[in-house]
Amino acid sequence: MYRYDEFDHQLVAERVEQFRGQVERRVSGELSEDAFKPLRLMNGVYLQLHAYMLRVAIPYGTLSSRQLRKLAHIAREYDRGYGHFTTRQNIQYNWPALARIPDLLAELAEVEMHAIQTSGNCIRNVTSDQYAGAIADEIEDPRIISEIIRQWSTFHPEFSYLPRKFKIAVTGHAHDRAAIKLHDIGIVIVRNEAGEIGYEVHVGGGQGRTPFIAKKLAEFVPKDKLLAYLEAVMRVYNMLGRRDNSYKARIKILVHETGEEEMRKLVEAEFAQIDASKMLEVPQAEIDRITRYFEPPAFETLPAESAAFNKAQADDAGFAQWCRTNVVAHRQLGYSIVNISLKPIGGVPGDATDVQMEAIAELAEAYSFDELRVTHEQNLVLPHIRLDDLKAVYDRLVTHELATPNLGLISDAIACPGLDYCNLANARSIPLAQEISNRFADLDRQYDIGELKIKISGCINACGHHHVGHIGILGVDKKGTEFYQISLGGSADEHASLGDITGRAFTEDTIVDAIETLVETYVGLRHADERFIETYRRVGLTPFKERLYAE
Amino acid sequence: MKNGIIGSNSEKFFMAQHSSKGARFQAVTANRLLDGEVVYLAADNSWTEVFSEAEIADGPEAGEALLARAVPDGFEKQVLEPYLFEAIEDENTGFRPVSVREIIRAKGPTVRLDLGKQARRQAQG
Repeated sequence: MYRYDEFDHQLVAERVEQFRGQVERRVSGELSEDAFKPLRLMNGVYLQLHAYMLRVAIPYGTLSSRQLRKLAHIAREYDRGYGHFTTRQNIQYNWPALARIPDLLAELAEVEMHAIQTSGNCIRNVTSDQYAGAIADEIEDPRIISEIIRQWSTFHPEFSYLPRKFKIAVTGHAHDRAAIKLHDIGIVIVRNEAGEIGYEVHVGGGQGRTPFIAKKLAEFVPKDKLLAYLEAVMRVYNMLGRRDNSYKARIKILVHETGEEEMRKLVEAEFAQIDASKMLEVPQAEIDRITRYFEPPAFETLPAESAAFNKAQADDAGFAQWCRTNVVAHRQLGYSIVNISLKPIGGVPGDATDVQMEAIAELAEAYSFDELRVTHEQNLVLPHIRLDDLKAVYDRLVTHELATPNLGLISDAIACPGLDYCNLANARSIPLAQEISNRFADLDRQYDIGELKIKISGCINACGHHHVGHIGILGVDKKGTEFYQISLGGSADEHASLGDITGRAFTEDTIVDAIETLVETYVGLRHADERFIETYRRVGLTPFKERLYAE
Repeated sequence: MKNGIIGSNSEKFFMAQHSSKGARFQAVTANRLLDGEVVYLAADNSWTEVFSEAEIADGPEAGEALLARAVPDGFEKQVLEPYLFEAIEDENTGFRPVSVREIIRAKGPTVRLDLGKQARRQAQG
């Protein structure tokens, strides 16, 4: 894992003390709310419905045990005993008191964490593949370039007041788990015909009110030139992006209005200048230094099969089922990747208590080389677990109600905080996720339905990624009452697509029945082994729509 | 409105339609500076945590007058972003907020009944 150098430590420590002074001056009345609001937002402090909310960055979704223990401690000491993992690989605390936030941030800084780049019109916390460094067939660990991007983008003076926020995601694997085509910039690590590693750069994706799939602006940017290319994209955006209307200010609108071809030309012209100056060429020594932080842990040489693991599966059907749904093959023989579902049946997607966080930290320390990951689907990952240890890990997870075997299934929905917490929301999201989870609680039924990604947003800003749900649900407000609009056929992976809206919205009382109707329609239409998304792509919207709005 | 900052706040939030045009009864709400707690303007111009203690304005003019009372000089030392929202008469409780949003603000998250104002009320019996 990356460790802070002296500059990182200094930057974060100085920021905490600056914010401490700003809070003191706000409380004394010296600073108005208008003056203070942008300052608190730059430190991840939002005002929500019931309280302030603090959003803490987890760069590219990687955590150590020590960091997760600190997050648990903060949940207990500064909040109400839980945290909420978000679709941006962050954690949010829903109840911190303003006056205590500087102390909270000082505690975070002790474990090399902060809330910088979690708000405001800057380049936000970089997100990545949760299986980085653990999955087979990865071209390169995406956290290396993610960390380089983090260092380049943090407090970048030219990009601190962009037209709007800016999100970058990176994957090093052909199967995209980081939703890179739904980001302002999505980077895919690729290998060219000469065998060199470089970057495919997608620009202008995003969700919100006007969703777009990103356009591939560059097929292959050489390794040492990526920052120059990114800076070129940022410059074009910073100069030409709209500032007159916040709904039209994201780079996706600029790309759409400018056109892909013209945008590519503009970026390439800018890139040629930056490249010629050589100012942003990353020295190989620096790349090597950062690469060393992400070297694989000291894996043991193990056989591909584990007798203990096989026996445990034979003896315990629940364990075997959990292994089938939540455990993924590792690149290293004898190891596996464990997904910890934060979606217990009827639970709040992404919430974890202080005690659960501590239990998970303990498991990571004992069995996973001290490493953890957060996924944008609001689950956690133990990336390096020996097959021999899987049963012990599972048993501990069961004790803490963290072993729900539902990864990728209908009850593994993602949901934004919605109107239960969020100041921008129009409707609640979490209760809907809970009701759907309860309706389909029978695991056998879930396995029969197979992979089905439900994504729920409580407003058009789409934090719950409803545009790219196989079934997407958008909460809308009609005169103070909640309604829910359905879309079908969205996907966030390498075959990214935006969902089609089915039609008239449903009430709180009818939406879960509507979801069940859609599921039954799929079950009736599917060919053998066909997933929901495949059936939808084969048959289209019409049969679903007919059933949904029949009688 | 009294000055630029205050004017922009109340205008912005009024525009966000926490009240409908034809609203008869309205109250003023805000979040407390120190902890973000939801508060309401009471008859004595203090801020109370409990909706039932909020002053209810009858008619649009009374609403605007109530909002003006919420933003005296220095109000920002106590609260953030005061705005009007619609209430209706309720047989049991006198008045209640109309929108789901304001009902949730008055109680707490519907998915965590152990948190927010609703939890404190239970604890008090």
